[in-house]
Formats: sequence, structure tokens, C-alpha cells
Amino acid sequence: MIKKNNRIFNNLYGFESPYLKYASKRGDWKDTKKILKNKPSYLIDIVTKSGLRGRGGAGFSTGMKWSFMPKDGNKQHYLVINADEGEPGTCKDRDIIRNEPHKLIEGCLLSAYAINASKCYIYIRGEFFNEAAILQKAIDEAYEAGFIGKNSCGSDFDFDLYLHYGSGAYVCGEETALIESLEGKKGQPRLKPPFPANVGLYGMPTTVNNVETIAVIPTILRKGSDWFSGMGTKNNSGSKIFCISGQVNKPCNVEEELGVPLKYLIQKYAGDVIGGWNNLLAVVPGGSSVPLLPKHVCEDVLMDFDSLKNSGSGLGTAGIIVINKQTNIVKFIARLSEFYKHESCGQCTPCREGTGWLMRMMDRIVHGNVSEDEIELLEEVTHQIEGHTICALGDAAAWPIQGLLKHFKNDILKSIEKKSKVA
Amino acid sequence: MDNSFKNFADENVQPKSFVFNNNNLVKAKEILKMYPKNYKESSIMPLLSIAQRQNDGWLPKKAIEYVSEFLNVPEIKVLEIATFYSMYNLSPVGKNHIEVCTTSPCMLRGSDEILERLKKLTGIGIGEVSKDCNFSLNKVECLGACVNAPIVKINENYYEDLTLQSVEELINKLINNKKIKAGPQTSRKGSEPGKT
Repeated sequence: MIKKNNRIFNNLYGFESPYLKYASKRGDWKDTKKILKNKPSYLIDIVTKSGLRGRGGAGFSTGMKWSFMPKDGNKQHYLVINADEGEPGTCKDRDIIRNEPHKLIEGCLLSAYAINASKCYIYIRGEFFNEAAILQKAIDEAYEAGFIGKNSCGSDFDFDLYLHYGSGAYVCGEETALIESLEGKKGQPRLKPPFPANVGLYGMPTTVNNVETIAVIPTILRKGSDWFSGMGTKNNSGSKIFCISGQVNKPCNVEEELGVPLKYLIQKYAGDVIGGWNNLLAVVPGGSSVPLLPKHVCEDVLMDFDSLKNSGSGLGTAGIIVINKQTNIVKFIARLSEFYKHESCGQCTPCREGTGWLMRMMDRIVHGNVSEDEIELLEEVTHQIEGHTICALGDAAAWPIQGLLKHFKNDILKSIEKKSKVA
Repeated sequence: MDNSFKNFADENVQPKSFVFNNNNLVKAKEILKMYPKNYKESSIMPLLSIAQRQNDGWLPKKAIEYVSEFLNVPEIKVLEIATFYSMYNLSPVGKNHIEVCTTSPCMLRGSDEILERLKKLTGIGIGEVSKDCNFSLNKVECLGACVNAPIVKINENYYEDLTLQSVEELINKLINNKKIKAGPQTSRKGSEPGKT
């Protein structure tokens, strides 16, 4: 589907060195100074026209997000990069950080210029210790070459880039929790409004973007908005890294155009479902927080924001988790409930109490220790959590169970019936 | 989910004092420069991390006290961070601290069996340290390398694409004090589609 020379991440797998000498051969830092000669508004304009939507999960227009930053006043602006990758099923940013760090660094410079931020923090999850070491070395290279720092790339723009390590908290992937964490507090999301573009890091205007979003910026600015929007489908432009994990023969990451059929991705790149396509049970298409898709939907669904939304799920982070018929799907979802219980920050009652309740309930279903009417109750509780918390972690805990009940309720009821007959 | 390594170690295990060594003192001063002068709290997390690394992988009470004095912030603020974030260990860990990812994508690739095998091989359960202090074991949430599942993290390194056989080889090497290679334990380099 994607043309070979359209791929942005040519060193995704790390077959070549990540460092400057090789990165510049791959086209990084080429004529960056020329791009910096344009006005910031021109950069925002190109990114908006390219149709780039945030790659961290929400899929909001990047150019529009940037345009929310104040244009006047002399406050310090911040760009913050969300490298706290931890959504189950997702491992794309790790590859960018360790194999294409200069794309990210150059992207930071250009994006920061567009929003007039002279300082940028990359918030990387603490577990990525080795990946962060590679990124730090690449940052040092960029400073030494004069690409960033005072008069970046020989322009008038001064820019400093810092790497901040997280310490293990999934919720810090939420942008305001990430800001709190960066300020040295517990990662508990803030109420919005005010939005970070007005009151963000240290109370200053701040934009938080995902690693992949920022890493594609230099290529978009070089090749133009038409080139980028020429890939993908309408309103879902460009290419995207898909992570295909779970029960496939060859789990892998791959860059493809948005709108690529799910079946094609799994069969072409991941060596098909273990046991063959007919052995497929369901797919979680966008990281653990989106509802699963049963096999019949997987036959022809396209992998983009709008198609997946119309199919009752979402593109999320494009972390595709493949589940075959040998899996106990209830146990799979129950394990996710345990994950959300563990990662709830404890701030909002529906999430703090609800995730624990969901986990215990799912555990009972796994062990067949429930009655039929409790299944209805479970569904009701997911709706009481959903939409009633400050951040989306509550929704994320509710959706997998809703997806399970939507598509596999009969299987659960059957297993309860069987159990009661035996008893 | 249990709270392994998140409870303070017994008083008789707690060291009497803690200060940064020279190397870390230099690092700490560099870290302070990264953030605005009036936002010293931002340095709490990175300072706790280097303190933990200096103290063989766990944070004693004295280190928390020290970081609070070093930054001149109330101790409760440091304590709050040390207990909120999962990577800070508040009791001693083994020389090889093994963290097994068991979240759903790893589970689909057999992480439960890997965890059971690790318990057998090391002779310890979750949250425990072996008698010779060579191993400690913990179960963790998504490590973010799902296409290389199942994954185990030992100290700072990921060991990926594990099988029961390769995990046994890894542990045997560690028992015999031999070096082990991080990353995929197959012919893969990274996240590319494998050969089989």
C-alpha cells in the first residue's frame, strides 16, 4: 500500500546507526535553517493543511492544537514531548527514540519554533533507560553540531532541549498528569479548562505532543502538506506506525498509510494469525483502551480514526492486539481490568473505586462465580465510570469490558449456565 | 495487585545515613539546572532515581530525607513521589532484580508460564529476595515493547521474545555469573517481522 520512498522512518528497525552521521545520510537536518527562515505561522499552516492528527491516541489536529498557543505576550512557552509510552499493545515511540532520535530532536526544534517555545522537555518513561541513553547522546550531538542551543541551525532562534525521566505511572501519559509529574508532583490529571495552551507547565502556555507526531514534522515541512495528505484516506492523512502484537506468527512494528485494511496488515506483515485467519477471535485495534472488534468486523475494517470509530472502536495508538480462538477472551479482558486498577491515580472516586470493583467482578467471571443479573450490573457500572472522571483512564477501564459484553455476552452467559447445571 | 517493594524496609535494614557520592553530586547539580530556579520539586524524581541507583536499587528512608534536604523541599513531597511511582523500591532488591511484564499482550504470548518458570528457577515468589541476594522478583504492568513479548526486565535491560527455554538459559547464566545479552533472545534485531 505505502510506496517505499514515502516511508518516513527508514531506520525503524535499527539496522543502521541512530547517530548523526547516519541520520544525516537519511535526510535528517537537511536545510533545517531554510525552514526556520519562514514565519512560525507558516509552519503551523503547513502542518494544519497536511491533516496530521495527533499520534498519541486522541487524534486531534496537530496544527490546530498549535494554533491555540497565545501569539502575543512575553511569557515563557513550553513544548513537552510525551514519551511515556505505556498503553498495552503500543511500542512505536520506543523504536523512534532508539533508532530515529534525530527525527524527534529536529521535530522538537521545528515544532517549538512554530509555537514560540524556547524550551522543550521530553518526558520519557523511566523503564526506557537504554533508549533514553541513545536519545541523550543524540541530543548532545545536536548541541555540538549547533543544530539546537543558542542560534539553532544558525537562525535567531534559541532552543534548549531536556530529557526528563518518568518513574513508572501509566497515567502520566495523560497530558496534564504528565505536566504535574514534570513539576515534581504525583501524576494526577488536572481539571480542564484551563487548557495547557493557556496554563500548562509552571503555569505557562504549553503544548504536549506525542513522540510520533513530532518525529514526522520535519518530513512534512520538507516534502509539503500535499505530499503528506496524499497518503491515507480523507481526514485521515499520512502514514502511521502500526504495532502488531499478540497471537500472530510474526509480531512487528510497521509504517503504513492510514486507512490500510486491518486484514492486510496482519497477513502481509505479521505472518497472519497463529492457526490461520479463520482461527481469529477478535482484535483490539488501537491499544488496550479501545473496545475490541469481533472477527467479522476485522474482515474489511480500515485502520484509520474515522473508520474504526464508525465500527465502534478507535484507532487510539494503533497498537493492534490480535487474539485467536485458543484464548480465553474473558481472562484477557480481566487482565486489562487489573492493569487499570493498578494504574488508577486514585483522584476521582468513580475510577479509584470502580476499577477495583471491575477487576474483582471480572475475576469472578473468569472463575465462573457470577449470576446472570450480575452481568447486567457490571455493564451498568462501566457506564457509571465512563465520562465521570477528570481524565480518560476511567473511560479506558470501562470500554474494554463494554466491548467484551457487546460481542461476547452470549458466550459468558453460556458458560454461567453450564456452570450452574454442573452445580 | 500486590505492593511488592513498596513498603519501607525494616529499621534494622535501613542504613544510618545517605549522601550522594561525588559522581552523583555532579549529576544532581546538572539536573537542578534543567528546571526553573523556583521549581526545585521538578528535580525530585530524577534525584530519587540516581539515589536508588547508588543504593543498589532501593530507596532507604535516609535517601528520601537527604533528597528533601538537598532540594530544600518538605520531606512529605519527596515521600509522596517515592510511594506514588512504581519504579521506586522502598525495600532491598536482589543483585538481579527481575520484573516480569504480565499485562494482556504479554499474557497472550505466555508471560504467565514465564513467571511460573522464573519462580521455580530462582526459588522465590513475587516480592521476594533470594537468600543469597542474587535475585528478586516482581510482576509489573506493560513495559511498552509488546511486539517483542513476552518481556522480562532485569535491572536496566529488557530481555525480549522469550521462551521457557531462553528464560532458563538466562537465569542459569546469571546463577553462574556469566554475561547475558539484552534485547530479543532470537535472531531478531528489534521490532522487524521475524523469520519464522
